[in-house]
Amino acid sequence: MTAPVVLEGVSRRYGATVALDGVDLALEPGSLTGLLGPNGAGKSTLVNLVAGLRRADSGTVRLFGGDPRDAANRVALGTTPQQTGLPETLRVGEVLRLVSGHFPDPVPTGELLERFGLAGLERRQTGGLSGGQKRRLAVALAFCGRPRLVLLDEPTTGLDVEGRRVLWDAVREFHAGGGTVLLTTHYLDEIETLAERVVVLSGGRIRADGDVDTIRGAVRRSRVTLRAALLPDLPGIEHTERDGDRWVLHTADADALVRDLVTSGAAFSDLGVARASLEEAFLTLAGTGPQADPAVPTGGSR
Amino acid sequence: MTATRPTTPTTGTATTSTRTAGTATAGTVTTSTATARPRPAVPLIGAHVRYLVLEQLRIPMAVLSSALFPALSLLFFVLPFDWADDPGAATAAVAQLALFGVLTGFLFTFGVGVADDREKPWDPYLRTLPAPAWTRIVARLISGAFFALLSVLPVLLVGALFTAATVPSGRLLAALGTLVLGGFPFLLGGLAIGYSLPTKVALPVVQLVFFPMAFGGGLLLPPELFPGWMQIVSSLLPTRGARDLLVFSLGGPTPTVLVVVAFAAWTIGAALVAGWAYRRDEGRRFR
Repeated sequence: MTAPVVLEGVSRRYGATVALDGVDLALEPGSLTGLLGPNGAGKSTLVNLVAGLRRADSGTVRLFGGDPRDAANRVALGTTPQQTGLPETLRVGEVLRLVSGHFPDPVPTGELLERFGLAGLERRQTGGLSGGQKRRLAVALAFCGRPRLVLLDEPTTGLDVEGRRVLWDAVREFHAGGGTVLLTTHYLDEIETLAERVVVLSGGRIRADGDVDTIRGAVRRSRVTLRAALLPDLPGIEHTERDGDRWVLHTADADALVRDLVTSGAAFSDLGVARASLEEAFLTLAGTGPQADPAVPTGGSR
Repeated sequence: MTATRPTTPTTGTATTSTRTAGTATAGTVTTSTATARPRPAVPLIGAHVRYLVLEQLRIPMAVLSSALFPALSLLFFVLPFDWADDPGAATAAVAQLALFGVLTGFLFTFGVGVADDREKPWDPYLRTLPAPAWTRIVARLISGAFFALLSVLPVLLVGALFTAATVPSGRLLAALGTLVLGGFPFLLGGLAIGYSLPTKVALPVVQLVFFPMAFGGGLLLPPELFPGWMQIVSSLLPTRGARDLLVFSLGGPTPTVLVVVAFAAWTIGAALVAGWAYRRDEGRRFR
C-alpha cells in the first residue's frame, strides 16, 4: 500500500538558513501524526514540501507515490489557508464552491457547513465572520474534497474553546474513517488529545519520533528550586537558572539530584521539586543538539 | 497506486498506533478512492474565472467607474462638439475611448490585481488545490478580458447611438481583433507591474503610468491636435501605436513605421519584463 507521504533524505535551505536537513519520514495510511517543534524548526517547510508549494533542494518528497508539485497528485490532499487568508468580499458559499470545484466528488456545501458549525452562514461574506468562524471555515475547506490526507498547520491557533472542540471532532471523525492526518502545532495538549505518533522537529532535523507516551517519557523533566549561596558541581543538571541566591535546576532525575545535593553537604533552604510542564520539557529537548538526543525509538517511521 | 487502497477504512490504522481508530461508519474517505482523478481543465478554469469576476464585482465602485469612464468621456467631450457628426472623427473618438477602456481594465486587473493576490496567504492555499498553475493564469486572462469588455461595451453603445461613428460590417471583426492586439502591451505591462511590485507600490505606479499613456497616445484627445514635439513623444508610446492601428483597421490613415516599431518594441519589452518578474516571484515564493 502506498504511504500517503514519504520523505527521503529531504534537505531544504533558504539562503544560508537550513530549514530541513536530511529528513526521512513516512506516514502510514490512516495514521494521525503530530509534528511538534519550536518556531523555525522546519515544520512549515515540511508541510509546504508535502503540499507542493516548495521544492526540496535534495532528497525526494512523495505524495501518494507521486510528485506533490504535480497538481494531479494533490487530488486526495486537503489543506487549510491561514485565517487571514480568506477572500473577504466573497460569501462563505462562494468560497466553498470555488474550492469544491477542484474535486471530483466534493462534500455537499450544506453538509460541510453543518459539520463545522457554520450552518446558516452560507450567504455571509467571509470578512463579516468572527475569528472563530473564519478559522472553522478554513479548516472545513481541508475536508471539502473528501481527502485521504489532511495537512493541518497550526489549526487551532486563534480558535475559541468551542471551535477547538468542533475541529478536534472533525479530525477524529476523519481519522476514524481511515483518513491520514499530519498536524503541526505548538500546543502539546492538542498533540496529546489527537495524535498517536509524535515527531519532534528542531533545527531542521527529526529529534524524536514515537508514540505520545514514549515522547512524553523522553521529555519528562523536573525543576528543582532552592536557595543557596553556593552550589557544588552536581551531576545530572541540564540547565541552571540563577537569580541572586535563588536557583532553578532542570534535570531528568530530580530524586538523584536531591540525594546528591544532600550528600554534598551544601547549605540550602526552600527546596522545591516540580514536574516541568511539557512545554518546558519539550523546549529543553528541542533546544539540545543531536549529541544530547534522548534515546527515543524511531519505530514509527517505517 | 490509489487502486491498492483497501475499502475497509479500519485497516488503515494497523500501523504504529497505540490507539484504535474505533468503529468507522463514516464513509468520508473511501468514497474518493474510485474517483480520485483531477478535474478537467475547463471546469477548473471556469471555477477560477467565476471567483475572480465575483471578487472584483464585489467592489462595485471600481467596476462602475472603469466601465463608465470611457462612455462618459464620449458623452461629455465628444458628443457636444462638431466632430461627433463627422463619421471619420467620431469613429476615431469611439475607437480611442474603447482602447482607453481596455487600457484601464488590463492595467488595473493585471497590475494591481496580481500584486494584491501575491500578498495574500489565500494564494499559496489555492496553489495546494489540484489545479495546474496555468489554469489559474488562463482564468486571470479571461477575467481581465471580461472587465475590459465591460468598459468597452458602453462606449460602443453610446458611439453607435449618438454619434456618426460607423463601422463597415466587413471591418468589425478586424477592428475587434486589433482592439485585443492593441491591449497586449498593457496586459503584459500590467503583469510585469503586478509580479514585480507590492500592492502599495503597484497601485500608484499604475495610476502614474496610465494617464500620461492614455493622454500622450491620443486616447483622450486626437493626436492631430498635439504640437510638434509632442507628436514625437506620442509616436513612441505604445498607446499611440495601438490607437493608430485600431483607427487604421477602421479605415483610417496608415500608421507610420516609427509608431508600429515602437508598439512592437513595447510589447516585446513588456513581455520580457513580465516573464522575468513572474519567474522571480515563483522563485521567491514557491521554489
